[in-house]
Amino acid sequence: MSAQEYAFVVVAVIGSLAAISVVMARNVVHAALFLVIALASVGVTFLLVGAEFVGWTQILIYVGAIVILFLFGLMLTKAPIGRDTLDHTWKNRLAGGIVGSLLFFGLASLTLRVWPLDETASSQPVAGSTAALGESLFRDYVLPFEVVSFLLLAALIGAIVLARKDDAA
Amino acid sequence: MIRLPLVLLFAALFFSAGVYGVLARRNAVMVLMAIELMLNAVNVNLVAFSSSLHQVGGQIFALFVIAVAAAEVGIGLAIVILLFRNRASINVDEVNLLRW
Repeated sequence: MSAQEYAFVVVAVIGSLAAISVVMARNVVHAALFLVIALASVGVTFLLVGAEFVGWTQILIYVGAIVILFLFGLMLTKAPIGRDTLDHTWKNRLAGGIVGSLLFFGLASLTLRVWPLDETASSQPVAGSTAALGESLFRDYVLPFEVVSFLLLAALIGAIVLARKDDAA
Repeated sequence: MIRLPLVLLFAALFFSAGVYGVLARRNAVMVLMAIELMLNAVNVNLVAFSSSLHQVGGQIFALFVIAVAAAEVGIGLAIVILLFRNRASINVDEVNLLRW
């Protein structure tokens, strides 16, 4: 195992524990804060596999913007802070636990069958992939890029229209 | 340098945690957070394959997924706030008007 791989394993363990804590946390604000750790670990994973641009985008947009949006959503909906009983009943937990663990073990066994851990060679990350990323994004993927920017505009307008109070009507 | 299956296992755990969250949690904001976990798992897979296959397309799709996820969270939270204003509750089980 290389040093990079040790670093990844540490980050992945922290991120996995945080991801499980997000869905298990009784307190919704704690869940949002665990989400910060989980998303940051994904960002560090991107950096470790050599995708610098996506990694920093992940940290800026997810950790910086989306979690703040979640915290605003929790505040505006006066979510029950503390132990809430309505959320998370034992029946739902049982069903979710069965489906979630079956899915995980299925995916894990499939992954390890296709790529056995001791036989798969480690691949070198592409050095300086940001330049190639930008060039490909604005050469081959210009149309999807524009469509995504239009989608963001539509989402912005839609969110404003949905969330504002109708005083006139 | 990092072997591909390790990253894929990490992503599988993220995705399963997200599925558990969507199924088990009844708070609408928590359901949105769990959906974010699943989208992140997909991004991890896209970037891992992009890095292992030396193709940049996976990273571009990860960027698109991030943009769509941002739009989804914005609209989703707007709907949740509207729901709270109309029903004074964000329990997804109570929103059953369209249920057959």
